[in-house]
Amino acid sequence: MTQRSSVTGPEGRIPDFPGEESPEPDGQGPDGRRPGELNLREMLRWAWRQLTSMRTALVLLLLLALAAVPGSLIPQSGVDSLKTSRWQDAHTTLTPIYRKLGLFDVYSTPWFGAIYVLLMISLIGCILPRLRVYWRGLRAQPPAAPRHLLRLPDSSSYTTAEEPEAVLARARTLLKKQRYRIRASTGPATGETADDAVSGERGFLREAGNLVFHLSIILVLVGFAMGSLLGYKGGVIVVVGKDAGFTNTLSQYDDFDPGSLFSESRMDPFTFNIDDFKVSWINSGPKRGMAKGFKSELTYCQKADCSDATKYDLRVNHPLKIGGTEVFLIGHGYAPVITVRDGQGNVAYSGPTVFLPQNQTFFSFGVVKASAAKPEQIGLQGVFYPTFIMDDDGNPATLMGNDLNPLISMHVYAGDLNPTGGPQSVYALDTSAAKQVMNPDNPKQPLRLDMKPGQTVALPNGLGSVTFDSVVRWNRLQISQSPGKDLALIGVVLCLVGLLGSLFIRPRRVWVRARRGEGGTLVEVAALDRSGGGDTAAVVRSLVEALQKEKQS
Amino acid sequence: MTDTSWGMLSNQAVGAAGVLYFLALIAHLVEWSALSARKRVPAEALVGAGAPAEQPAVPVDEDREHRVALFGRLGFLLTLIALAAHFVALLGRGMAADPHRVPWGNMYEFTLSGTFVVAAAYVVLYRRFDLHWMAPLVVTFVLVCLMIAVLWLYEPVAQLTEALNSYWLVIHVISAILATGAFTLGGITSAVYLVKARVGPRETGWMSRVPSLEVLDRVAYRIHAFGFPVWTFAVLITGPIWAHQAWSSYWNWDPKEVWAFITWVVYAGYLHARATAGWRGRNAAILALVGMATLWFNFIGINYFSTTSQHSYAAPAPVPSTEHPALAIQG
Ligand code: HEM
Repeated sequence: MTQRSSVTGPEGRIPDFPGEESPEPDGQGPDGRRPGELNLREMLRWAWRQLTSMRTALVLLLLLALAAVPGSLIPQSGVDSLKTSRWQDAHTTLTPIYRKLGLFDVYSTPWFGAIYVLLMISLIGCILPRLRVYWRGLRAQPPAAPRHLLRLPDSSSYTTAEEPEAVLARARTLLKKQRYRIRASTGPATGETADDAVSGERGFLREAGNLVFHLSIILVLVGFAMGSLLGYKGGVIVVVGKDAGFTNTLSQYDDFDPGSLFSESRMDPFTFNIDDFKVSWINSGPKRGMAKGFKSELTYCQKADCSDATKYDLRVNHPLKIGGTEVFLIGHGYAPVITVRDGQGNVAYSGPTVFLPQNQTFFSFGVVKASAAKPEQIGLQGVFYPTFIMDDDGNPATLMGNDLNPLISMHVYAGDLNPTGGPQSVYALDTSAAKQVMNPDNPKQPLRLDMKPGQTVALPNGLGSVTFDSVVRWNRLQISQSPGKDLALIGVVLCLVGLLGSLFIRPRRVWVRARRGEGGTLVEVAALDRSGGGDTAAVVRSLVEALQKEKQS
Repeated sequence: MTDTSWGMLSNQAVGAAGVLYFLALIAHLVEWSALSARKRVPAEALVGAGAPAEQPAVPVDEDREHRVALFGRLGFLLTLIALAAHFVALLGRGMAADPHRVPWGNMYEFTLSGTFVVAAAYVVLYRRFDLHWMAPLVVTFVLVCLMIAVLWLYEPVAQLTEALNSYWLVIHVISAILATGAFTLGGITSAVYLVKARVGPRETGWMSRVPSLEVLDRVAYRIHAFGFPVWTFAVLITGPIWAHQAWSSYWNWDPKEVWAFITWVVYAGYLHARATAGWRGRNAAILALVGMATLWFNFIGINYFSTTSQHSYAAPAPVPSTEHPALAIQG
């Protein structure tokens, strides 16, 4: 828009934005570019200009959006490692290719990083000069009226019998009342405009809002980076009861996902026990049998001697804060207490065994490894029904998640349970070197132990016995440190505030010129909105109306 | 009233709203067809001649003009009544749950609320932006979405599970729905912009009532400029706050979050495009449509394509969770 730049005037108060065609005289002076004479400095400057241009920002933004897509369609190891490894097992041809491209960890790949680093550089390179210009512009005068006001797209004129001075004085008061900044009269000395016009400007805060918005983006990223570099996220399953508990050291976590600059020394020292865990169940309606609320009653202490024991009711959406660490309740389930005695009558295994829920009804799966059993190791693998019933088709099922009629149903294995000797998951039984124990009454069928709490069953062949003592619950807790999260929050809030200013404050310039002409005084009114969203025609209309109305009264 | 009768009322109100929107659509179609019959000057004479649509060149057929105006008003009136029924439907959903709650526990309710906001925004802005030209598009959109909701997304009234029971969620979802409504209206405007830019000014038919490109561009910008901060608030402030409380980390790169972010970035691109020479107008309008596509893909697509999403309405309970059991190592 040529009109625009001409009106912006030589003062270039709020400059048009890099990338717009506004000519930038500096750096391209008369001695400027002759072909072939681009020295290194000029090249760098040219590259910098390109990088910080609005068009580049736009392209980088779109690239960022595009680059984020694969991470939402391909499972990410940082988000769900289990699912990712399953996917990798199922797609053996694609996996190596994807892995090379970093598609399982999109958000920390170099190419993703490159886009947002470029964007940030572009952003800083764009903002800093604008800050300087804005600072200067704050104290500058609104620009003088352009010579041909009526050439502006939104302008209007009328003739009146009034003296020009009277019209201008009134325009000044009117505009001041509408919180315009008025150009101080320059006197005829400046030549270009005599004092036949009033210039008003408002909406300075728009540019401020825009600057705050873009600067805050940097703040958010710093906060976010702090969290992902310095923080950690870990998960642990803790059995309810005073015999179990948790001490905040690395070795106690089931899984642990530290940032790359995380150091163990920053972990907060604390311990806690889960005294009780309460679930309220939905007893009617279509979601009957599902859990509605959970409450985990904790006692935690930060001192080594636990003289500062404090109670806290941990609930979903209500994490516990201990120092810089937060503890979240994210899951729960059942741990049947099972005791295995071996062939010699010794207790080879005893304790709560965490079973993992398979669905909303808390039908759960778990294993027992009695590795100490003699003469042979004993393994159990099976399922847990919190409220056991036979359904209409005669299949075993659980009615709901509450443990009203608990039952475990286990298959038995004997033999070496860890043939490779390496670390094993506690939730899976390696039966490759073990033999399934068959039903002595029907040797074609595997032996299945269906037990209620309190029952003991002897195993055939003098292997020993299994007792189902009771059922306790466990909680899955997520424990994390996210430093920088307050910074990020402040950043986004500032971002929003800046954005509101940037989008809804309309920077506007208004001019009124009054000149003595043949048929009286010719009054010209024009307005310019530089945001491209305002309705300047309406501004002109109402200003003309106001000027004329005041005269009549 | 009992919970069940509130639920039934809601279902009936959805039906009534559907019928009323349908009638409104018919009224607008009659209006529309009357417009296209308004042929006085050969259309070709004007197409491409750069004649602004406002030029009062056509000798007017009073009767027809009258009919156009009448059906236009009738359509708007029907839309208003439909909107009231639509509101009753939402209210009924909320009252039917025990305890009462805001009506967006699943996709059915989200669609009900989202379409309500689109229709309400249209009604509210009708005068301010002179939106009569948008009537058939908005009504069709709302009607189609309601039909999809009733046919495929319907779920009986249910309680919210605990993770969904948070006032941050209420604020989060209200703002997300509001922004979705605004972006949808803005997208419709941008689509019309593109169509109009292609066919050029028309003297007859529905296109003749569509305002000039400049006005369309400005209206689209204003609506998007409203939607963008609201979306920012929804997905970058309240969303993370709630996620932090419920899942312990405020940004998870969960597919739903990723797409909300993509939508945000695309609309930031739109706002930049409007300020960049060579990108204003047509390209900006295309970007607005891309933004709307990502928005709706996030709403519909992600729930079906992605099973990792913790936002999936299909499995609302965050507990039990068996996220990383395989990592637990026995020493
Ligand atoms: C993280 C990347 C960025 C995001 C999310 C972003 C977002 C936005 C948004 C939403 C607006 C609209 C506000 C308004 O219209 O005033 C805007 C405006 C603007 N942005 Fe950015 N921006 C980014 C990077 C950049 C960069 C790198 C530049 C420098 C080239 C830049 C320059 C501008 C300018 C000059 C405006 C004002 C446009 C106008 O006044 O209409 N932005 N930006």
